[in-house]
Amino acid sequence: MAESSNRVIVTVVGHDRTGIIAETSRVLADAGVNIVDISQTLMGEFFVMIMMADLAGATLSLEQLKARLAAKGTELGMRIDVQHEDVFKFMHRV
Amino acid sequence: MPSLRFDPEEILETVKMVQMENLDIRTITMGISLRDCAHPSLAAAARKAYDKICRTARALVATGDALEREYGIPIINRRISVTPIALVAESCEADDYVLMAEQLDRAAAEVGVNFIGGFSALVHKGCTPGDTRLIDSIPRALATTERVCASVNVASTKAGINMDAVARMGEVIRECAGLTRDRGGLACAKLVVFCNAVEDNPFMAGAFHGIGEPDCVLNVGVSGPGAVLSAVQRAPGADFGELASIIKRTAFKITRMGELIGRRASERLGVPFGIVDLSLAPTPAKGDSVARILESMGLERVGAHGSTAALALLNDAVKKGGAMASSHVGGLSGAFIPVSEDIGMIEAAAAQALSFDKLEAMTCVCSVGLDMVAIPGDTPAATLAAIIADEAAIGMINRKTTAVRVIPVPGKGVGEWVEFGGLLGRAPVIPVNRHDCSVFVRRGGRIPAPLQALNN
Repeated sequence: MAESSNRVIVTVVGHDRTGIIAETSRVLADAGVNIVDISQTLMGEFFVMIMMADLAGATLSLEQLKARLAAKGTELGMRIDVQHEDVFKFMHRV
Repeated sequence: MPSLRFDPEEILETVKMVQMENLDIRTITMGISLRDCAHPSLAAAARKAYDKICRTARALVATGDALEREYGIPIINRRISVTPIALVAESCEADDYVLMAEQLDRAAAEVGVNFIGGFSALVHKGCTPGDTRLIDSIPRALATTERVCASVNVASTKAGINMDAVARMGEVIRECAGLTRDRGGLACAKLVVFCNAVEDNPFMAGAFHGIGEPDCVLNVGVSGPGAVLSAVQRAPGADFGELASIIKRTAFKITRMGELIGRRASERLGVPFGIVDLSLAPTPAKGDSVARILESMGLERVGAHGSTAALALLNDAVKKGGAMASSHVGGLSGAFIPVSEDIGMIEAAAAQALSFDKLEAMTCVCSVGLDMVAIPGDTPAATLAAIIADEAAIGMINRKTTAVRVIPVPGKGVGEWVEFGGLLGRAPVIPVNRHDCSVFVRRGGRIPAPLQALNN
């Protein structure tokens, strides 16, 4: 099986408002995390933003990053989750 | 720029499964052989077992914690299974093996696992002196330790049912209840009587490290009744074919998580990856119930007529969906139906929708057997033995694993409640048939193995 990567998927779910991308990106940039790709969509009434980010140059551990993003989510009234890319690879690709 | 490679729907489905539907890895269980720990002195053998477990499993808990953090998938339990102690202690000059159980308990505490399984004997054809000593030691071993689990295999499809052992296990269950009278008969919750026990089961209380296994191996038990429930609820109009497909797809995804965590854990621990056990294992938490899945198929309460058919569909679809998701599927793999550990089962038992006899019927198609059922404290040993015999007969004839883990709750009668706490949950005492079966049980000997078309 391929080596485990350093990439994570960040999901932001909630009601749309200004500054979601900017605020989330800032947390990632401050932690030295490179955003590889970003997509956003509306699912029903919810705004959903999905980012793929690379932790190779990160100054924070995944756990610390999760805590920061969760806190930012609370501040924005959104839910922000971070999960390792492998989780999605395993679940959705055979 | 590389693309996300996943659809938003796929990503959200995964996030939802973990965050809202209690998808988790139920256990990573390290199997450790203690065959190299035999010694004429029980104290020396127990010491060797303690040392080997502490040495081999020292990184198990930390590795589980690290994986849980990195992948964001909860791993509920880290556990250990060992070689059946009857084999390890057979050559010890000792009258009982309680000391060995105490050392296993200490080792489990030392490495930080909540259960260690393998205080076990395999006696489907007959007992050696070591087997007899082990079985005699079970009540005290379970009453004086916290984390040790015991199991005894009394029957198999190839050997038949050892009715002498069955009769003895009826008494052992009563002794276990008696010695833990102040705790609702808790020792019985740590004792499983099997037919066709499997060697690589990662789930407690029935886990042991089989004799065909390597020196050390890592097995993973996945769970996720919540994810299956929510998938079934999303398809209220589906016919049974569609329903089976929906469950298969969900089971596949759940099992993939087990495969991921199992592979990573085995790489990091430097231990071979054994199997993924793709079981739906309920907990008393809301949204983590197998009974609710059956009810969501259209039954008012689990236990209603139709429950066996619903469970058969569920159990089979879980196996089919999971089989392709993992390179090695093993263990028990299917849907567990413990009463005290499943909120839907608890409610159905309390509402008298779920009877002992219906439970027995459901065990014909579930992954194991009569599990965590609280019965009246005055249930005689012969009745307990006959319950084991019935369950073993179902397993023997249907070539499947069956088991009995019942608790005759000391001092309690039908309708009263017993509280074990934590994952073991709570349950109302349900009635068993009161007619006498002692003459039957006392006959002794073995029930012969069934004919199987002369296939070897």
